[in-house]
Amino acid sequence: MSTHPEHQAPQGPEPLDVNDPKLTRFDIVREGARRDDIEIVHYEPQVLPGTKAERRLTRVVAGFFLITGLAATAFLAIYIWWPWQYEAGRGGDKFYTPLLGFTLGVALLAVGFGILTWGKKLLPKEVSIQDRHEGQVDSEGRTITGQTMLYMADELGVKRRPLLGISLLAGLAPVAAVAAAPLVGGLISQPHKNNQMFTTGFATAEGGERIRLVREDGRPVRPADISTGGQLTVFPGIDHGVSNKHADSPTLLIHLRDSDAQESRRANEKIGHGDYMWGNYAAFSKICTHAGCPASLYEQQTNRLLCPCHQSQFLITDNARPIFGPASRRLPQLPIEVDSEGFFVAKSDYTETVGPDFWERP
Amino acid sequence: MKRRKFDLAATPGKAAVGVDDRFAVATPLRKLLNKVFPDHWSFLLGEIALFSFVVLLLTGVFLTFFFEPAMTEVVYNGSYAPLQGTPMSAAYASSLDISFDVRGGLVMRQMHHWAALLFMAAIVVHMLRVFFTGAFRKPRETNWIIGSLLFWVGFLAGFTGYSLPDDGLSGTGLRIASAIMLSIPVIGSWVTSSVFAGEFPGTIIISRFFIAHVLLIPGLLVALISVHLGLVFKQKHTQWPGPGRTNNNVVGERMFPRYALKQGGFFMVVFGVIALMGGLFQINPIWLFGPYEAWVVSAASQPDWYVMFLDGSTRLMPAWEINIPLGDGYVIPPLFWPTVVLPGILVGLSTMYPFLEARHLKDRKSHNLLERPRDAPARTAVGAMAVSFYIVLTLSGANDVIADKFQISLNAMTWAGRIGLLVVPPLAYYVTYRLCLGLQQHDREVLAHGVETGIIRRMPDGRFVEVHQPLSASNGHADGHGQLDYVGWVVPKKMNRLGALGPAIRGFFYPIEKPVEAPVSPGHPPVEARPEREEIGSGESRR
Repeated sequence: MSTHPEHQAPQGPEPLDVNDPKLTRFDIVREGARRDDIEIVHYEPQVLPGTKAERRLTRVVAGFFLITGLAATAFLAIYIWWPWQYEAGRGGDKFYTPLLGFTLGVALLAVGFGILTWGKKLLPKEVSIQDRHEGQVDSEGRTITGQTMLYMADELGVKRRPLLGISLLAGLAPVAAVAAAPLVGGLISQPHKNNQMFTTGFATAEGGERIRLVREDGRPVRPADISTGGQLTVFPGIDHGVSNKHADSPTLLIHLRDSDAQESRRANEKIGHGDYMWGNYAAFSKICTHAGCPASLYEQQTNRLLCPCHQSQFLITDNARPIFGPASRRLPQLPIEVDSEGFFVAKSDYTETVGPDFWERP
Repeated sequence: MKRRKFDLAATPGKAAVGVDDRFAVATPLRKLLNKVFPDHWSFLLGEIALFSFVVLLLTGVFLTFFFEPAMTEVVYNGSYAPLQGTPMSAAYASSLDISFDVRGGLVMRQMHHWAALLFMAAIVVHMLRVFFTGAFRKPRETNWIIGSLLFWVGFLAGFTGYSLPDDGLSGTGLRIASAIMLSIPVIGSWVTSSVFAGEFPGTIIISRFFIAHVLLIPGLLVALISVHLGLVFKQKHTQWPGPGRTNNNVVGERMFPRYALKQGGFFMVVFGVIALMGGLFQINPIWLFGPYEAWVVSAASQPDWYVMFLDGSTRLMPAWEINIPLGDGYVIPPLFWPTVVLPGILVGLSTMYPFLEARHLKDRKSHNLLERPRDAPARTAVGAMAVSFYIVLTLSGANDVIADKFQISLNAMTWAGRIGLLVVPPLAYYVTYRLCLGLQQHDREVLAHGVETGIIRRMPDGRFVEVHQPLSASNGHADGHGQLDYVGWVVPKKMNRLGALGPAIRGFFYPIEKPVEAPVSPGHPPVEARPEREEIGSGESRR
C-alpha cells in the first residue's frame, strides 16, 4: 500500500481506465482523488500487518470499547436500581447524579479514545494535496451569469413599463407591514396604563384608608417590633402586597439611632420631606434606582445601604443619596406615621418614582 | 423458472447501484469522501463548540418534556423537603421536579448547563484562534461576521435559558435585564412593558422566553452554524505555512477514513467530558436560591461567566446621569452606556474588523495561509488589548467576591477596575507589540546563526563562545553557513528539534525496545570482551 508516486500535475496524464483489471483498488482510489484535483503524495502504514505492534494496538482499541460496554452497563444498572429519590439526611441519593455522570462520561470517553486510537495509530498516515483553484477567476462564467440576469430583467421589462415597478412596490409595502402588524400590535403595551410606572402598592384609593406596612407574613408592624439600629422589609398591606405582583413596593423600614435620626431629619427638611419620618423610623424603597435589585445590605455603623448587584451605596442619613457606584438617584422615601391602633401606615404613596430610571421619569 | 439464489455479499453493491440509478450520487459522494482537510490542534476549537451544541440540543429536548413554562403560582409539594409548602411559580416547581423527581433529570440539567458554558467558551477561544492567526482575512470575512453573531446569539440563548427556572438568581438577572431595556432613551419604557406585557415581572415573560429559548434562538443558531460550516466547506480551510503548502493548495488528510474517524472520536470525548462535568460538578443549584421574590437577593450573585463582562462594565460605570431639560425633563440613566452602547460598539468593532484591517493595510488579496501572531504585531497587539479589556470587565463582574475573599475594600476594587480598564489595554498593546518584535528578531537570529547548542568553546585567545548549530549547509558564506529566509513557519530553536536528542525509550511500565547504543568515539576502540574462562573444578565433577 505504501506509495510515493512522483509528483505529477493533476491534470497532466490521461485519466486511467478504471475498468482495467490490472489496477489495484488503491490505484482506483488514487485515480478518483486525482479527478478531484487531489494528489496523495504520501501514504504509509503506521503498523505492518501481523506485527506485534499491530496486535497490541488492536488490543488497546478493543479494550477501550470493552470499557465503554462495562461503563454503559453500569450506568443502566445504577439508573435502574440505585436509590435515587431525595431523602433529607439519608444520603444514598446524593451519589445518584455523580454516578450517572461518571459512568456515562467514562463510557463516552472510552469509545472516543478507542476511535481516536484506531484512527490515529492503526490507519495509514497520509499527506494529500488538494488544489484550491484560488485566484483563477472564471471571468467567462461571470459574464454569462451576469448577462443572463440582465436578460431576465430586460424580459420583465420594468424599465419600459415603469408602472409595473411602482405598482408592485406600492402593493408589496403594505404586505410587509401586514406581516409586522400582528406581532407589533399584539406585543405592544402602553407603559403608563393606570400610571403604573409612577405608583406602588402604597398608593391609596381616592379617599380610601391609608395602607399599613406589613411583614412578609402579612402581619402589621408596630414601632416596638424593630430594635434601635434594626431594619425590616415591609410591604403594602393589600391583596398580593407581599408578592411579585407589586415588585416595586418592597420597602426597608429602619429604626435609626437618636443621633442618626436627627441627622436624617435635618436632611429631610432640606428637601422639604420634613414629615416623612415617624420618630426615629424612616422607610426607603428597597428597589435600587440603578437596575432594580433589592438594595438590602444595611451597614448599621455607617448607615449605608449597599446593593449587592452593582455595589451602589446609599447614605441613609442623607436622604439615601448615592455615594458610591453606578446609581445616580437617591432611594425614594416613603412618608410614614403610626395609626390609632399603633401600627405603621404610609401617609401617602412614594412621592418620587420607584425603581430603575427611564427616559420620561422626571 | 429457475429461482435465483440470494447472494448476501452482493446486496450492498446492488443497493448502491440502485441508489445511484435514482439519485446519481456516486461522483459527488466521491468528492466529499476525498475532500482534504489540513490538520492542526488549533483547528479543533470550533468543533468543541459544534459538539457542545449537539449535546445542548439532545439534553435540551429531554428537559422540555418536563419543564412547565408558566408563572402560575403553585404550592410546592415535591420531594425536596426544605421547600415543601412554599408558594412559587410553576416554572420553578417544575425545575425542582426535574432536579429531584425526574429520574436522571438532574444529570441532564447539569449537562445542559455545562454544555452551554463550554459552548460559549469554545466560541470565544475559537474566535481568538481565528483572530490571532489572521484566518478572518479575505475571502473569509463573511464567516468571521457569522462567527461573531454566533457569540451574541449564544449569549441570548444562555440568558433566556438561565432565566427559565425562575429561581431567586435568575429572577434578579431578569430584573436587571428589564432595567437595561428601561434605560434606552425615548422607547425604553415601551420596550419593557411590551416585552413583559406590563410592569416587571408580569405573568408571561417565562412563556415568552421559553419559546425564544427552545425554538427561535436555536433555529437561528442552527441556521447560522449551517452557513458557517457550509462556508468553511466551500472556501476550504486555511492552513499554516509549511513545506509544500501554498496559498493555492490544501495539504492534509482526505476526509475518509482517518480525518472523519478522528472527528467522531473527538465528538465522543467532548460528549464524555460534558457528561463527567454534568455528573460530578454541581452547577446552578436552583433549590438553594429559592423562588424569585423581588425583595430577596444575596451577595455574590454572579451570572454565567459570559455575562460577567457586562455585569463588570455596569459596576465600573460612574453615576453619570444625563438630564435633558426639555418640557418636564428627560433622563438618560447611567445604566444605558455600559449595557446597551458598549455591546453595540463591541458588535460593530468586531464585525467590521476584517474590513478595517484590510483598508488600513490596503490588502485586497485572498489569504489561505495563516500568519503566526508574531508576524502581525499590530493585529496581535490589538487582540491583546481587546482580551485585556474583556478580562478587566469580567474580573470586575466578580469584584465583590474578590474583595470578600482577599479582604480588599470593595470601593478599591471598583476604582482598580475603572483605572485598569483605561490603563491595562494600552499597556497590553505596547507589551504585546514589543514581544512580537522580539520573537521575530529571535527567529531571524536563529535562521542566520543557528541553534544554541549549549556547548561552550574556549578560543585560543581565552575567549569563551557558544557553539551554534547552523540550520543550513555552507554556501560560501563568510562564517561557514548560508542565510535562510523566514517563511512564516516555526523555526527550530532547540537542539532536540533538530533530531539531536537520542531516541526516546518506548514502553509504559518497562522499555519494550533496547535503547540504541551510544556511538563510540573513534579515539577509543571498543573494549574487548572478556575472554571466556575455563571452568575450574575437581576432576571428579567432569567425569
